[in-house]
Amino acid sequence: MNVLAPNRTVGQDPMVPRSFVIERVRKELSDTYTMDLVPRDGLPFRFEPGQFNMLYVFGVGEVPISISGDSKVTAGISHTTRSVGKVSAALNALQPGDVVGVRGPYGAPWPVADVHGMDVVFVAGGVGLAPLRPAIYWVLAHRAEFGNVAIFYGARTPEDILFRREVQQWRGRFDMTVHVTVDRATGAWSGKVGVVTQLIKGGGFDRHNAVALVCGPEVMMRYAAEALGERGMPKQNIHVSMERNMKCAVGFCGHCQWGANFVCKDGPVFSYDRAEPLLSIWEL
Amino acid sequence: MVDVVGLDELMKEHNFFDGFDKEALELMAGCARNESFRAGEYIFKSNSDATHFYIIRHGNVSVELPVPGRGRITLQTVGEHETLGWSWLVPPYRWWADAKAISLVRAISLDAVCLREKMEDDHELGYRLMQRFVPVLAERLHATTVQLLDLYGLPGRA
Ligand SMILES: Cc1cc2nc3c(=O)[nH]c(=O)nc-3n(C[C@H](O)[C@H](O)[C@H](O)COP(=O)(O)OP(=O)(O)OC[C@H]3O[C@@H](n4cnc5c(N)ncnc54)[C@H](O)[C@@H]3O)c2cc1C
Ligand code: FES
Repeated sequence: MNVLAPNRTVGQDPMVPRSFVIERVRKELSDTYTMDLVPRDGLPFRFEPGQFNMLYVFGVGEVPISISGDSKVTAGISHTTRSVGKVSAALNALQPGDVVGVRGPYGAPWPVADVHGMDVVFVAGGVGLAPLRPAIYWVLAHRAEFGNVAIFYGARTPEDILFRREVQQWRGRFDMTVHVTVDRATGAWSGKVGVVTQLIKGGGFDRHNAVALVCGPEVMMRYAAEALGERGMPKQNIHVSMERNMKCAVGFCGHCQWGANFVCKDGPVFSYDRAEPLLSIWEL
Repeated sequence: MVDVVGLDELMKEHNFFDGFDKEALELMAGCARNESFRAGEYIFKSNSDATHFYIIRHGNVSVELPVPGRGRITLQTVGEHETLGWSWLVPPYRWWADAKAISLVRAISLDAVCLREKMEDDHELGYRLMQRFVPVLAERLHATTVQLLDLYGLPGRA
């Protein structure tokens, strides 16, 4: 079994973090921040869209966070984190110049490199847009190699739309379609109100020749996968990104076991034919 | 106003009417009208008689309720190729929310009284229409449930 992270050299302990300096912090939403990190050792950092790092806040703890930046950039990495508890809140309280430990990248990526010639449908819910963003960058960087590209994005309210400026830019492009809906309209919102599955019903992809990358809360992913299935997309072409509590992130400790899988090593990206039987069971 | 034959053709373009034969379409077209609403115009208001339902051909509609102290709350939006309104099917046949055109809306409206009579006279047609509407209702119920779950909220956040 190879548990060596791709950015490590033989002999380096996969459990020892590399130290990174926070270069920039951007407040995205009231509880969500994006951090740009640069390695103190100056060595390049390579990852594939969909992979995650274990981020260590010294003296507080370590959390798995997907990489949300561009995989073509190797001089630094970005992570977008929502404060939900002790470690994520401590991470979001850090400032430029502070140092964090980084282990990774880990996990199976979105299969963007394997789906040339196909339509690509991104379905994101809430902060689930962050783990999808590197895949969106990748597809747009290789735009000519894909068919139709569509993003279906659901957020809680208009104020909770992540990467709003970028979403607007994508929406303005002629070579992709972007549909956004919110669960609850506030203020002057004149866009769609309803659940993200309703957007999927609008179609815009060739069901026999399309792949869907889905990221968001588990219940949302299940409904989204069902809606894609109803439109005729085969389960093996639908991919979801799973979240489970993690400790080692390299398949040792069993903390993230999910049925017969370890989310850290076999996932976090799974095709829906593998994920479906397990998706409804939280405590697996 | 568009003539009955034209409407019957327009109806055929909408997937809601998929599978209805020519005769059924003509029968329903007798209850149908081609309508348009300007942006900001109300298509119906809550508590008024649910006299029609609508198949949206173009534009977006917001279904909303005035909530004291919170202004107007949009419950959902209905867009192209979707069906607007189900209160015409359930006594006492009154709208429970407002529907407002967000943009220019073109729709086929179907007269509820006319259609209910036809459904009563022709149970086969009534059954087929119910078959179309039950999934619409189930979908709305499902969407409402998912919205209530507040999936994107934080655990414990109201
Ligand atoms: C592969 C992977 C990738 C991830 N990528 C991201 C990412 O890009 N951005 C991001 O913000 N988070 C991401 N997460 C989730 C993140 O790891 C957790 O939110 C974090 O570990 C919580 O730790 P904590 O100490 O802050 O909170 P804890 O004290 O562990 O938990 C506090 C509360 O938050 C709840 N909670 C825990 N995890 C989650 C969750 N995932 N979603 C909602 N509520 C949760 C708990 O049930 C508890 O009620 C990812 C998780 C995995 C496994
Ligand atoms: S986190 Fe240890 S096996 Fe996955």
